[in-house]
Amino acid sequence: MSIHSIVLTKGVPDFREGQVSFDEDGHLERGKTPTVMNPNDEHALRGALQTKVRHSGRVSVMSMGPPGYGDVLQEAMESVYADDLYLLSDRELAASDTWATAITLATGLEKLGVPDLVFAGFKTADGETGHTGPQTCWALDLPMITHVVSIDVDEAERIVRAQRLVEGDVEEIETVETELPAFIVVDPEFDTSYRTAGERLVLKDLRERTTDRAEEHEQHLTTWDHEDLNLDPDYIGLDGSPTIVSSVDPIPKPPAERDATVVDPTDEDGMSEVFEEMQPLAAGGD
Amino acid sequence: MEVILMSETYEHYEAVVVGAGPGGAATAAKLADEGIETLVLERGVDAGAKNVSGGLLYAEQSAPYTIDDLFPDIRAAATERPITEYYMQNVAGEKVKEYDLTSLHEHDTAWSDAVLRRRMDSWLAERVHERTRETGGGLLTGIHANGLLRENGEIVGVTCDEIDPIRADLIVAADGVNSELARDAGLMDWDEPEEWFQGVKATVDMPAVDDRFGIEPDEGVAHLFSGDLFEGVRGGGFLYTNTDSLSIGAVFHLDSLVEERAEPHELLNALLTHPLLARWLGEEYTEVEYAAKLVPDSKKVAHTSPHKDRLVLVGDAAGQMQAQGPIIKGMNHAVSAGALAAEAFATAKRRNNPESAGKRYERKLKESGVMKKLRPKRYERLRPIGEREKTTDVVDRLLTSPIGRVGLKAMDSIGLVERLYSSPFMSMSIPDTRTPYVTLPTVIAEELGAPVRDRSTVEPPSLEERIGELTYDTDIGNPHIRLRDSSVEASGTAVSACPVSATDFGGGCYREETITTNGDTKHVVSLDTQPCIECGTCAVVADTDWEHPGGGKGVEFTRG
Repeated sequence: MSIHSIVLTKGVPDFREGQVSFDEDGHLERGKTPTVMNPNDEHALRGALQTKVRHSGRVSVMSMGPPGYGDVLQEAMESVYADDLYLLSDRELAASDTWATAITLATGLEKLGVPDLVFAGFKTADGETGHTGPQTCWALDLPMITHVVSIDVDEAERIVRAQRLVEGDVEEIETVETELPAFIVVDPEFDTSYRTAGERLVLKDLRERTTDRAEEHEQHLTTWDHEDLNLDPDYIGLDGSPTIVSSVDPIPKPPAERDATVVDPTDEDGMSEVFEEMQPLAAGGD
Repeated sequence: MEVILMSETYEHYEAVVVGAGPGGAATAAKLADEGIETLVLERGVDAGAKNVSGGLLYAEQSAPYTIDDLFPDIRAAATERPITEYYMQNVAGEKVKEYDLTSLHEHDTAWSDAVLRRRMDSWLAERVHERTRETGGGLLTGIHANGLLRENGEIVGVTCDEIDPIRADLIVAADGVNSELARDAGLMDWDEPEEWFQGVKATVDMPAVDDRFGIEPDEGVAHLFSGDLFEGVRGGGFLYTNTDSLSIGAVFHLDSLVEERAEPHELLNALLTHPLLARWLGEEYTEVEYAAKLVPDSKKVAHTSPHKDRLVLVGDAAGQMQAQGPIIKGMNHAVSAGALAAEAFATAKRRNNPESAGKRYERKLKESGVMKKLRPKRYERLRPIGEREKTTDVVDRLLTSPIGRVGLKAMDSIGLVERLYSSPFMSMSIPDTRTPYVTLPTVIAEELGAPVRDRSTVEPPSLEERIGELTYDTDIGNPHIRLRDSSVEASGTAVSACPVSATDFGGGCYREETITTNGDTKHVVSLDTQPCIECGTCAVVADTDWEHPGGGKGVEFTRG
């Protein structure tokens, strides 16, 4: 027996300092900002990997996006030692909102054959809606457990038992269980320590087998367009997206709390003013 | 309610081997060949990352096992150069007398290669993983086995920092000179400085070894150095040619280092900057790694019964390091011992009596002749006479007297001194006094040596630079050594004896500090484990609680 898991991932702009680029109006410059795997998806990948290590089986990774997302999937393959990769990519899918994305992903999952466990991260770094996972789950009509910090799969009983944060609160954890197949939204607090030598040896096997495969990840990548998925263009992409974005306001920079005066250290007058200013502070004694 | 996890629920392997040096690798390979499910735990990020040796690896003709018996490709894949010439340099000031000890080196030697441990041990570990994985086990790096798992007072497994305890029918402590398992079992201690040597080493970049030493690519040279190089500290130096680097180092009797309050890194520098080395080192000196390790003196500490319950000790963990005069052999004995331990367990298991493995191992060490090499009877018989201060004085005075000097010259004129040095029989009975290490070689050099004409331009890096070049992954907030007594009386020696500390150096592990409270001035010793290279010296010379850092943490040697 083994478990088939699939992880949903998204490529997002790399928002880290030094990577991200904004224009003068504060709009993101997509062309100048590299695309990386959504940071929260890493937790979903960790969850799927742990399931694979404990129960063997297969991990697939699926994403929807432009062909360039192949790199994101490669990253996923390297970190989770995935067996196969799926990219849903088509011009007709462009500008999908979470609803259209969920419909597309659910169709992809059905085409693949619904796996035992679907893993998703807790919201993306760009949209931050946290909707796509639950909506995909709804479209598939699967039981869903969110804010999951640990899981335990009973293969014989076809049950998944999960510990989850109640209301996202670390202090309060509840244990729930449901039948497979199930949809798991993994919390950043997810615990993936491997406490046995056996698990670590399996992990080492996976790493050794996958390093070379990830180099040639294209050979393990399947790309489906809307025709492959048998989706009506009217129900996907921009046309299939009910969300209306009225306007986008750049986030204003926080005002500086202190005024700074620049003093050239070679300027004697300026420096003596600095010392005078500091005098009362020194006299305070604390 | 407290939940007590029954140890029965812990993972079980037939054998668990702690440490992936040559001893652990040999044990694991032999166990795997016997079809025994074997798990190997190595605390370094990579095998070899924690391991340092001089290092010459021997394959002895008389050994029950050699490393190429177990790993046939090792010489082609993972060693440096075969050592085909072996010299002893007797030094007094700038006068040097060379003896050719190649015949001693070749005595009972099938082959002998210079090795760098990171390269060799990581290669071995890959082979070991492949072979043990087939048995259902395997090799894991980054796992620190920190002690023994006991049940009803009996050893049944190991505990680890990173993973849950592991039960096993055979537990092999191949965790090196500072074996935490051997100490936990009460089989070894860290009490007497006279039972240990400390080795310090510089790995020096040298692309043109062939030219400098006048050798072919399949040849190599070893030089040993003794005499007055080390300010009266008992010990000797060595230089071994690797493929494109040199291993240059010195090994000191720890009690002598303590007594003289000597700084090991300065003694190493005395060797590096000696004019004798100028012809090999030339103008360019590029040191790629500074390292140190504690070395057990098998004559005194090789455990004659290295086992308890299901635990067996292998290699340095059992004190199986033979340093007798110009004979320096450790790794080969660890390999023999490891394979014998594996053999012992395989037989014990076949006889349905796995508990008898330890006793069988002990018997095999004796019957195979390994123990006789580690603890030569001749040394033990002569020790009470040879190591008495009075005897040393008399012999030293005789040697340094005009009569002694004339005698020496007479002996040398017929080649007797070189022949005596070359006698393995003699080497094994050399007493641990200043006579053979300092007095005799100095007199030889003074009377028979010729002055060295070269001038050294070598400027070794400072201790700060040496530490700066090393790679560390510090376990912040979790120091692996704690000072139990910070008084200068109890722990002050560590300031000089620690190879990464020095008096008047603030960037090392140990420093002496003056604390003034309420007008009272107190000298104390303070400790910062960040620059620690995990040699274990301070565990012997200071009052500490000493354990290894967690898996993958601490220093990472790239040459070793």
